[in-house]
Amino acid sequence: MTGIAIDSVSMVFTLPGGGEVHALNNVSLDIKEGELVSVLGPSGCGKTTLLNIVAGFLAPTSGEVRLNHHTVTGPGSERGMVFQQGALFEWLTVEQNVAFGPNMAGKPKAETQEKVQHLLDTVGLSDFGEKPVYQLSGGMQQRVALARCLANDPDVILMDEPLGALDALTREKMQGLVLQLWKETGKTIILITHSVEEALFLGEKLIVMAPRPGRIERVYELPFADLGMSKSPREIKAGADFVEKREEILSMIWEMEEEIMGQATG
Amino acid sequence: MTDKKQPSEAAIWLGLADNTFTRQKTVKFGDASAVNSGRFYSILIVCGLIALWVLSSRLGLVKEFYWPTIGSTFDRIGLLVTEGFRNVSLWEHIGISVYRVISGVVYGAIVGIPLGFAMGLSSTARGFFDPIVEFMRPIPPLALIPLIILWFGIDETAKIFLLFLASLFIMTIAARSGVSSVRISKVHAAYSLGASKMQILRHVILPNALPEIFTGLRTSMGVCWGTVVAAELVAADKGIGSMIMIAKNFLQTDTVVIGIIIIGVIGYAIEIFMRFLERWLIPWKGKG
Ligand SMILES: Nc1ncnc2c1ncn2[C@@H]1O[C@H](COP(=O)(O)OP(=O)(O)OP(=O)(O)O)[C@@H](O)[C@H]1O
Ligand SMILES: [Mg+2]
Repeated sequence: MTGIAIDSVSMVFTLPGGGEVHALNNVSLDIKEGELVSVLGPSGCGKTTLLNIVAGFLAPTSGEVRLNHHTVTGPGSERGMVFQQGALFEWLTVEQNVAFGPNMAGKPKAETQEKVQHLLDTVGLSDFGEKPVYQLSGGMQQRVALARCLANDPDVILMDEPLGALDALTREKMQGLVLQLWKETGKTIILITHSVEEALFLGEKLIVMAPRPGRIERVYELPFADLGMSKSPREIKAGADFVEKREEILSMIWEMEEEIMGQATG
Repeated sequence: MTDKKQPSEAAIWLGLADNTFTRQKTVKFGDASAVNSGRFYSILIVCGLIALWVLSSRLGLVKEFYWPTIGSTFDRIGLLVTEGFRNVSLWEHIGISVYRVISGVVYGAIVGIPLGFAMGLSSTARGFFDPIVEFMRPIPPLALIPLIILWFGIDETAKIFLLFLASLFIMTIAARSGVSSVRISKVHAAYSLGASKMQILRHVILPNALPEIFTGLRTSMGVCWGTVVAAELVAADKGIGSMIMIAKNFLQTDTVVIGIIIIGVIGYAIEIFMRFLERWLIPWKGKG
C-alpha cells in the first residue's frame, strides 16, 4: 500500500529582508494508491512547494507527509520526479539517462539494458538510444525524463508541469502517453499543471489551490481519465460535461487572479 | 525577381562581398554575425608589413640594433635550428618552457580542483579557504617572483612553484563555480533516482563542472605561458624567455625578435589545442 497522506502541512518561508511568505497553510490531502491526482492553481499558490515537500526536498514548517505510514524526511527512490525541463543529464546519452537509476543501484547490466530498451520502445524512442539528449526535441526529452523515472520503478511519480514547455500538439500526444503509462503501471501520480484541460483530462481527482496563503480551494472527483482509454482524447475534451467543468474551473481561477491583482493595486 | 549580380566566389572568400548567410540580412550594423570576415584586408596588412620589412632591409632604413633585416633573421633561424643558442638547442629552449607550463598547470589542477570542489560543497572548506583565495586572486603571479627567489633560489622548483601558484587560484575558482552552477533540478532528479552523495558528486556534479574546469585549464595555460616567459627573463639559463634576455645582452636583436615570434606562435597553438580538446572531450558544453 503506497498511499500518500498530506497531514496539515504548512510552509512559511522567511525572506532575507525579514518578511514571511505563507506558501502553504494547513494543507491536508489523502491520495490513494494508484490514484492520479492533478493540481491546478494560479501562479505562486504553492504547488511546487507542496510537491517538493512530498518529494522530501523541503521540510514543512508544521505538519507532515506520510508515505505508506512512514513520515517523509528526505528524497527516496520510491518517489520519482519529472521536472518541466532541463533535468536530464546532458553528458549522457538517452540510454544512459534512462539507465541512471538502475546503474546507481548496481543492478545487473544485462537486466538494465533490457529494461531500458523496453522503456524506450514504450515512449517511442528506440531509435534514439545512442543520441546525446541535447540533440532531441523538447517533447522527446520529456519522454526520456518519463522513461528515466519509470526505469527506477518508483511507487509514486511526482510531476511538476512536465508538459509545460511543449507545443499544443506535442502536449496532447504526451498526455495520451502519460495516461497510457498510468493505466499500464498503476502508479500513484501527482501532476502539477497550468492547463485546466490537461488537469481535467488526466486527473481522477483534481485539486484546485488558492494563493495567499496557499491552500486547497476545492477537490473534484473526475470521470474523464477512466474514459481516456475507450474514447478519443478530442471526443472527451469536446464533451458537454468536460466543457462545463472546464469553464467552471477557469472562472474560479480567474476570480482568484483578479483578487490577487486587486490586492496588489488596492 | 530583380536581376542582382551574384558576387564571385573569390570576392566572398576574401570577405569583400556578402556570403549566402549575410546576404539574407537586411539589418547589418549591430549584428556581429552579419559582419563579413574582411579576409582581403588581413592578407593586405600581413603582406604590407612583410613588404615594409623587406624594403627597409634592402634600403637599410633601420639600424640592425633596433630591428633585424629579413636576411639576417632567416640566417639566424637557420643557425638556431642547426646549432641552437649558447650550446642549448632551440628545441630544448622551447621544450623546457613548455614543460614548466604543463607541470605548473597539472600541479595547479591536482590541488585546485579538489579545493574548489570542497569550497563549493562544504561550508567549513569555504570558510577556511575563501579569504586566501580571494586575497591571492588579484595578485599577478609576477609580483611573487622576488619572494619565490628568496625562498627557493632560482632553480627549477622555484619556477614550477610560481606557475603552480599562478594556475592554482584559477583552477580553484573555476572548479568552485563549476560546482555551484549545477542546476538544482538535476541534483534533485539524481537523489530521487536513488543516488548516494558520492554518486551525486561523481555522476552529476563532476560532469556538470567539467566545462568550467576546462575553461579554467585553458585560462591557466595562457596565464602560465605568459608567466613562464617573464620568469625566465628574470632568472634562468634555459627556456625561451632566457634566450631572449641573453640575446639582448649580446645585442642579438634578431634572436630577440625570433624569440618573441616563437612565444606568440606557441601561445596561439596552446589555445587552439585546448579548444580542440574541449570540443572533443566535452561536447555537451553549453547544452544543459
Ligand atoms: N525558497 C523560497 N524562499 C522564499 N519564498 C519562496 C521560496 N520558494 C517559494 N517561495 C514563495 O512561495 C510561494 C509559492 O511558490 P511556488 O513555487 O510553490 O508556487 P507555484 O504554485 O509552484 O507557482 P508557479 O505556478 O508559478 O510555478 C510564492 O509566493 C513564492 O514566492
Ligand atoms: Mg511551480
